[in-house]
Amino acid sequence: MSLDIWMRENPLSYIWIGSYAVAFLIFAIEIAMVKHKRKITLQQVRLMREADESEQE
Amino acid sequence: MAINWFKYSAPTTFYGLAGKLIPWFAISAAVLCIVGLYIGFVVAPADAQQGEFYRIIFIHVPSSILSMFLYLIMAAYAAMGLIFNTRLSSMMASAIAPTGALFAFISLWTGALWGKPMWGAWWVWDARLTSELILLFLYLGFISLHASIDDPRRADRAAALLAIVGSVNVPIIYFSVQWWNTLHQGSTIKFTGTSMHIAMQQAMFTMLVACWLYAITVTLMRVRSIILERERHTKWITELAEVKA
Amino acid sequence: MKKLSLFALLVLVVRRDLVLAMRRRADVLTTLIFFVMVVSLFPLGVGPEMDMLRKMAPGVLWVAALLASMLSLGRLFSADYLDGTLEQMLLAPQSLSVLVLGKMVSHWMVSGLPLVLMTPVLGLQFDMSMQAIAVLILGLLLGTPILSMVGAIGAALTLGLRGGGVLLSLLVLPLCIPVLIFGTGAVEAVTSGLSVSSHLSLMGALLVLALAFTPWVTAQALRISME
Repeated sequence: MSLDIWMRENPLSYIWIGSYAVAFLIFAIEIAMVKHKRKITLQQVRLMREADESEQE
Repeated sequence: MAINWFKYSAPTTFYGLAGKLIPWFAISAAVLCIVGLYIGFVVAPADAQQGEFYRIIFIHVPSSILSMFLYLIMAAYAAMGLIFNTRLSSMMASAIAPTGALFAFISLWTGALWGKPMWGAWWVWDARLTSELILLFLYLGFISLHASIDDPRRADRAAALLAIVGSVNVPIIYFSVQWWNTLHQGSTIKFTGTSMHIAMQQAMFTMLVACWLYAITVTLMRVRSIILERERHTKWITELAEVKA
Repeated sequence: MKKLSLFALLVLVVRRDLVLAMRRRADVLTTLIFFVMVVSLFPLGVGPEMDMLRKMAPGVLWVAALLASMLSLGRLFSADYLDGTLEQMLLAPQSLSVLVLGKMVSHWMVSGLPLVLMTPVLGLQFDMSMQAIAVLILGLLLGTPILSMVGAIGAALTLGLRGGGVLLSLLVLPLCIPVLIFGTGAVEAVTSGLSVSSHLSLMGALLVLALAFTPWVTAQALRISME
């Protein structure tokens, strides 16, 4: 019930904390995950390349 | 000037092109987002009926629109991959899926937050909310089917078939849910009932474009990783500057 | 090997699958018992008020039928896949779509039809009127084949995957929502004195659509999974 009252009294903070902050947090997490994935993939590819090179030698 | 579009449909060239485009998409997404939020929160007046709460639509409506369009685009890429056997289209399809699912989730989340002050309940079995939930299920099905098949070629093709069946089913699901909702006399407050101020429209449109640009940015970033992973045995990957470094 | 006429092929596959199913009667019974059990659990969960149960009955029976058919879908292709029959079927110079349709039909006769036949008894448990039960049965008769057919796509896509059963439900259940809506809607229409024809004809339209497309799509899915 107290949430209801708070919500009516501070509609803008309710909107910002509830919707926009959550949405932007999700975007930020997604970007971080995509960047992390790129880092990991690059590492793997580099490792494979080095393994190939040492084989050729 | 004739541009050879097929040149860019090869992963080799697309990888470099996407790398060059990503910063531009990212910057314009951020700028438009700030502009959209400024118009939405400062310029646009409060709504007569809904007060300040309507301002949730600046994120809610774009994410709903995107979640639906991204599903169709994903299905179209998947179908192209299945029919023409182009590697890049299948990679694009699997790169779009997580972003689409996240937009569907954001749409549901913000819809619930809009519903609490407007309808007095976090969740109402409204036709659009219900369809959005089913859309999220369809995304999750696509992602989990793709993830549980080890052979990437089979994963691409199986998930593509599922996406096509899903996109044929989406209108049927949507209309049946709509019908079910009118049958059960759902909610009466609708966005369309209130007239929109011009600044509200501008804010919504700007945010929509910003969300599109964001989706493109993240998809391109993801598809670059997928290209790297799938093509790691090829020569051009080992000659890339970032791999050599 | 001579090329059979499509109808002869269909009959052949249906008969073969039915014979195989009769040899494993326990599987058929399990699905039916599951259906009866899930339906009987609901009054225990929500309380014995007859008014509420009567209102819930179509939804409960439909959802239980949906879950029961998911349960048996995993077996649709897996036995043939494991013993190599499916590979022979793909190589055979017969229409794969018709073969698949035959398997769908026999799957429905083994796992869908018994549920429909069991429905009157369960409907009485929920104190449904005779009229409502009749409409429910009609809806199930039209709808359960759709569940088998749409489910077959999912079964073909998840063939041989680890954790296939849960994944299968995840893929197929969202696609079955229209069937659920029209099936329960028809019963609600009849109990509130409205015409059921629109619900049932939409269900019929879905059945025709499914008949036209799902065998071919399932055949493609099998080709993808088996290559």
